[in-house]
Formats: sequence, structure tokens, C-alpha cells
Amino acid sequence: MIWDERTECMSQRELEDLQLERLKRIVKYAYDNVPFYKKRFKEAKVKPEHIKSLKDIQLLPFTEKADLREGYPFGMFAVPKSDIVEVHTSSGTTGKPVVAGYTRNDIELWSDAMARALTMAGASRDSIIQNCYGYGLFTGGLGVHYGAHKIGATVVPISAGQTKRQVQIMVDFGTTILTSTPSYALYLAESVEEEGLSKKVKLKAGVFGAEMWTEQMRDEIERRFKLHALNIYGLTEIIGPGVAQECTQKSGLHIAEDLFYPEVVSIDTLEPVPDGQKGELVFTTLTREGMPMIRFRTKDITSLTRGKCKCGRTLVKMSRITGRSDDMLKIRGVIVFPSSIERALLAVKGVEPHYQIIVTRPHHLDEIEVQVEVSQKMFSDEVRRLEETRKKIEDSIEAEIGLRVKVTLVEPKSLPRSEGKAKRVIDKRSL
Amino acid sequence: MKVKQISIFLENKQGHLLEVVDALAKAKVNIRALSIADTSEFGILRIIVPDPELAKKALKKGGFTFNENDVIAVGVSDTPGGLASALRVLAQGGINVEYLYAFVSKSDEKAVVVLKTDNLNDSIKLLKKAGIGILPPKEVYSL
Repeated sequence: MIWDERTECMSQRELEDLQLERLKRIVKYAYDNVPFYKKRFKEAKVKPEHIKSLKDIQLLPFTEKADLREGYPFGMFAVPKSDIVEVHTSSGTTGKPVVAGYTRNDIELWSDAMARALTMAGASRDSIIQNCYGYGLFTGGLGVHYGAHKIGATVVPISAGQTKRQVQIMVDFGTTILTSTPSYALYLAESVEEEGLSKKVKLKAGVFGAEMWTEQMRDEIERRFKLHALNIYGLTEIIGPGVAQECTQKSGLHIAEDLFYPEVVSIDTLEPVPDGQKGELVFTTLTREGMPMIRFRTKDITSLTRGKCKCGRTLVKMSRITGRSDDMLKIRGVIVFPSSIERALLAVKGVEPHYQIIVTRPHHLDEIEVQVEVSQKMFSDEVRRLEETRKKIEDSIEAEIGLRVKVTLVEPKSLPRSEGKAKRVIDKRSL
Repeated sequence: MKVKQISIFLENKQGHLLEVVDALAKAKVNIRALSIADTSEFGILRIIVPDPELAKKALKKGGFTFNENDVIAVGVSDTPGGLASALRVLAQGGINVEYLYAFVSKSDEKAVVVLKTDNLNDSIKLLKKAGIGILPPKEVYSL
């Protein structure tokens, strides 16, 4: 099923015409209504009328998270406060959070983007959607909620936590679609197994996002829950979840590019890279009223693929996020993405994605320790076998990142289970 | 003739052994024999209990990582050379011993050796042929 076939299956030419028309309008709108953009455009000696083709977007300056923080709380709004019907903030790990404001039309466009996303995962009026994303300032909960309403599905607004109750509701209500972080999905799968209820679960699809995950983690979730584990992408600065969503082809996430115009730029030069090449994802909102974003740097690393998908959609696909340009670790000068370590870990048979990366600098030299929980499957009564497994994990990580790390086996559940975003890296270096 | 042994993963942290033993005690599991293999980072606790199912249930509830595997229990005379006679049979048969631990039974003059080898079936055959007594599970569980 396709929610908005006319838009989602548009021809490339039609789409580009629509994007250009919207781009021209939003650039002028941002320039006229947000002092920040007027100032930035002037500094870059560019005016809205310079946008004559989609390529001309490259003339415009980038917007960064720091700019949004500087405008805290309402500095980036393009409308009077009375037109704002809802605000959200992004999880501020450092300093002030970023505030996003939505007009009634923005909520409508968000609902529409989320309706497309959920439909891509197979949602319909008959679906029961168990929404474990947090409700509140975080966009995850309400984003899914609005999309589910738009479709007319039944949404269970349960948020994260209270795992026993989650399992009970999943079984009793016959939940068909689960929306949560992938790590929480795994945690739920564990709990379902522990209670011996696996056979009673009716899940068909999971819409998983809000944290980085890997193909191996997908396999693991699908094996345990027998569902399509699909990737969703979004960010508060742009709208929230629903910016992009994977179809059941599982070969990338369709970006709602008629609403959010994507670019991928080189991390070093910030120049656009060709399709298929990795770089930082940059978004321009094409229709958002409350808080238009012009060339917002997401810091997420991905690549784009164009062409008609087997699902029928023509919207551009982005690859799974493989890292963030800002939370990459530099270990002895080598760039290491935590997701590479996860990939390497899961390549070893029997290893489950419960791990933590600890970075220290004991003698002026960076050291990585990866703590891995011993699963039932990898455990043996022989020390030799356990040591072999430990070494296998170390070898696998070395092959992936080019650095020897120390792997420590720890007891199951001794690492914190997160209900929101999993904290995978503990950096103890004082830099 | 194989005896069920339960092995439990132990992180090298203060109190972890106690936690396991406590969980078993609460479930009223009596430990017949035990050994601990340790490395600098972790240990493996191996136990033989009268009711392995009960122990497994308790361990599962406690969230421990464990598995169950087969070992053999051999009764050797509690005199110098007793253990050597059993090991000689295995060595001559080309069998490697992965690990073993021993305890002295309360009831008779025999020492009980719990053995894990790289081939349990052949080990049983060889030991039997050499006239070395292999203890049936029932007897071990009730020692």
C-alpha cells in the first residue's frame, strides 16, 4: 500500500519542478520572516531571487545546530507565536535544547509524512500500533501518534518502559505494528521469550529509529519477533520522525523529498558528493511554516540512491545511517564509528548486540575496551572455548576498524538496558 | 553413564559467586560437587546437583548465563596412584582431558573424579574395559 501514490510515485521531472517551485518560495519566505536567515544570506551575498534551479541551493549558507541553540528559544520561528500550536525540543545532550515550533499546517504535513511512513510498513485502518516512543517534548511519540490517526489505525500510546505491561498488551491487544528504538525492541523480544509468549505475538512490522542500528541487529530482531524490522529516520530540527522511511524492500529509506529536500555533502569540503557516495546529510524543509530550515546539517552520514524502487515509489532512498560526523571517535588518530564496532561484534556467531564501548587514555595512548555480554549461545563450560570466542570478537573488530581492542566478557544484563537511546560509548578520556 | 553438570558464567566482580550460590540456596538446591575455573577476567563455576532442572530454573530466574553438559564420574581408590590409573587409560587411548575435579565420597573409601574429555563415549568404553568403575548419575547425585 502507498499512502499518497501521486506524490510518492512521481516522475523525476515532475518532482524536480515541484521541488524548485517550493524551494524558491521557502527561501524567500525564510529570508523575509526570519532575521537569522536575512543576516546569513547577506553575509553570503546571496538573495532569494538567485535561486533559479535546484542546483542553486548550493549558493545558500548552511544552518547548524549551534545556530538553533543561539536562537533559543523562539529565534528561528517565522510566524508570530500565536500561530504556533505546538513545540518540541530535541534531546539536548550538551547545553540548551533546540526548540521546534509547529503551525497547524506543519502538524498536518508531519501527520502526512508519518502516514506515508507507517503505510510503507504496512499500516492500515486495521492495524494496532503499539507506540513505545516517548510522548512529550521528544518528537517520536506524537509523530507516530499523528500518523496513526491520519491513517485511522488504532494507536496504543504506551511510551517506553513498564516492559511487563508492554508484553501483556502486545499479546492481549494483538499488536501488529511496533514502533520503538531498535534496542528497546530487542529488550522487548527478550522479555517476550522469557515469559514464553513468543507464539502469541502477532507483530507484522516494526518501525524502528531514533538511534543508529545495523543490518545484523535487524536480522536479530526479525529472527526473534518474525516481523519486518524497518528503519525510520527523522529529526526534530526538520520535523520529527517521518522524514524518511524504509519500505519492505529494505534497501534504503525513501525520503519524503517533496517536503524535505536532501543533499549529501563531503564532510571535509562541504561540497556535494555524487549519488552513491557517503557524506553528511543536509536538509531543507520545502513547506514548513513555523520554522523553515535552510540547508540544515544533520551530522548524519549516509548516501543517496535514485531510481524507481521495486515497491513502486520513485522518491530518493538514503542508506542506513552509518555514523555521525560528530560522534565518531578518534582513537590514536583513527576514525572509528561505534556502529562499525557493532557490525563487527554481530558478525561473530552467538553474540548479541548488548555491548558498551569504553574509551580510556591510560598512558597517553587511547585504549578501547568493548564489554560484551555473554549470551547463552556463546557460553561454554570450557575456559578455552570462551577465550576463543573473546579472541574471535577482537579479531572481527580489528578487521573492521583496523585497531586492536580489548574485549571483556561480562554477565548478561550487567550493561544498562535503555528504554530510549542506547548509550553505547563511554568516553573516559579527559581531552 | 553420563552425569549432568551445570556451568555458570561468573564475572570477576566482588560478590558474584555469592549471588549464584545464594540463588541456588534459595531454591533449596544442594550442591554435591563444585569447581571453579578462573582467568584474570572471568570464571566458570561448575556444579553437580541432585536435581539439575530445579537448579536451571533458579539460575534462569536469577538471569545468569549457564549451560548444561555431560561429564563422567569415575570412582578411583582413595590411595596413591588411584587417579593415575584412570588417567593412564585415557592417555593410552588418545583422549584429551579438558578438565577434571575430584572429591572424596562420604560413604566409602573411594575418591570421585569428575571428568570432561574431548570424547566422552570413548572414554567410558576405555575406562570400563580397564575395570575402572564409572558411577551412574543416580549415585553421584546422592553422594
